[in-house]
Amino acid sequence: MLAMNVVAVVGGVALWSAVVAWGKVGLPSPLQVLVRALELARTGQLLTDALASLRRVLLGFCLGVALAVPVGFLMGWYRLARGLIEPFVQFFRMIPPLAIIPLAIVTMGIGETPKVFVIFLAAFLSSVVATFQGVVSVDKTLINAARVLGAGDATIFRRVIVPASMPFILVGMRIGLGAAWATVVAAELIAAQSGLGFRMQQAQLYYDLATIFVSLIAIGVLGLTMDRLLLALENRLTRWQERI
Amino acid sequence: MSDKISFRNVSHRFALGDSSFTALDRLSLDVADGEFVTVVGPSGCGKSTAINIAAGLVKPTSGEVLVDGRQVGGPGPERGVIFQQYALFPWLTVRKNVEFGLRLARKSAAERRRTAQHFIDLVGLGEFADALPKVLSGGMKQRCAIARAYAVNPTILLMDEPFGALDALTRVQMQDQVLAAWSRERRTVMFVTHDVDEAVYLAKRVIVMASRPGRLYEIVLVDLPYPRTEAMRLSPEFAEIRKRVWNAVYHQQPASMEAADDEDNRRRSK
Ligand SMILES: Nc1ncnc2c1ncn2[C@@H]1O[C@H](COP(=O)(O)OP(=O)(O)OP(=O)(O)O)[C@@H](O)[C@H]1O
Ligand SMILES: [Mg+2]
Repeated sequence: MLAMNVVAVVGGVALWSAVVAWGKVGLPSPLQVLVRALELARTGQLLTDALASLRRVLLGFCLGVALAVPVGFLMGWYRLARGLIEPFVQFFRMIPPLAIIPLAIVTMGIGETPKVFVIFLAAFLSSVVATFQGVVSVDKTLINAARVLGAGDATIFRRVIVPASMPFILVGMRIGLGAAWATVVAAELIAAQSGLGFRMQQAQLYYDLATIFVSLIAIGVLGLTMDRLLLALENRLTRWQERI
Repeated sequence: MSDKISFRNVSHRFALGDSSFTALDRLSLDVADGEFVTVVGPSGCGKSTAINIAAGLVKPTSGEVLVDGRQVGGPGPERGVIFQQYALFPWLTVRKNVEFGLRLARKSAAERRRTAQHFIDLVGLGEFADALPKVLSGGMKQRCAIARAYAVNPTILLMDEPFGALDALTRVQMQDQVLAAWSRERRTVMFVTHDVDEAVYLAKRVIVMASRPGRLYEIVLVDLPYPRTEAMRLSPEFAEIRKRVWNAVYHQQPASMEAADDEDNRRRSK
């Protein structure tokens, strides 16, 4: 499996080189991109930008998930909460978080707040639905089994609902993380001073394709790394699941 | 009084949109302390509903169930329930599953461990005590569920088609295990099955129910001594009783059975 993945990556880079060598498309070659990456890394700019983006993603994502999990539980557990919250969640889910950016700028200014807020919203909306789905799809016989063994509502929540919906929550977190990365670049269009998205914007002005490539690859690598970390967490926490 | 469980005119209606469906119609039934009764009847005749009401998981629309002379208001640890779908907590090991009820009963860690180990060994899952349910076979899962129910020391066992998903051989072995445990401990057992053979082999009385509306149809006394043996299962007396139960189950008004089937199909197709 790993071998195949390596082959795929090498093949991809080879294809890229071939396209550049063909000369019909004005792309930088892998080597040029590598040189630019090393340059940016040496001056520390790459790290500064990556950290700035990472910080926004992490902050927005963590806030989003931290709110989504309790809200999802509330919606799944109390009919009243579901009735009150669900219309809003379903409605805002239909609005792409990017479409919120103009509103965020006007109401929150051009500092970090609107950027983090938009990412937060993206992560929250994808995680909340997953958590809620997890709670409502908990097998009723498991709840009954706990009840006949003497469990009250609090125990059922803690010892049945939470573990049973964990797989859903983790899937929701991964979707939320994807949404967070998808949003960060656009969020950095809001008068940012640093960040991978901001760097690309700058590079675009100077027709600096190599820097754009470096930023794109950095976003991909960071996103993928975080996704793999979450996947590892998921495998660890849901080892009990029957997998086919 | 020696009645352990008494159904008194228990009716249950499920609301279906603006109409309602009578799942159980004025069921009256007494189960004596230490008795083993089985319940059979066509699909949809309210067997599970009756068990769930006795367990305290469903509140009857009218009538009441008494356990030890007291009205059932909810589930209680003196009534152990074993479900057809095993209902093991998949994220807990066999041991943790068995300890679940003991933890709720606030037993000390040492006592939990000891009691759980005892029942795990009793059902022959010693080697799998620290395994997760996903690696167990159907029969092993059900044995784990039985150990979990036994561990909290209930005086009543309510079993809803516990062996329904098992193969014939495992099933017969499980029947003997349940009977062996019962003859040691003399808990009161109410055991739902759709297998006539199983119903007769286990019970002192077979409660036959009819559907639409779900109701008591006939009670067949199984006049065979315990312990039950394979020889008994193959005896002419057994065959005679089996035939009576069979006729009571399968030769009720044909219309009612078809109706129940139709409804079952409808329910599944949803
Ligand atoms: N939640 C529900 N809502 C509406 N109708 C229900 C519900 N649960 C059960 N019923 C109906 O009540 C009737 C009795 O159901 P019950 O599950 O007690 O039957 P059963 O005798 O256990 O059947 P089976 O042998 O198939 O398990 C069925 O006709 C079923 O359609
Ligand atoms: Mg049933």
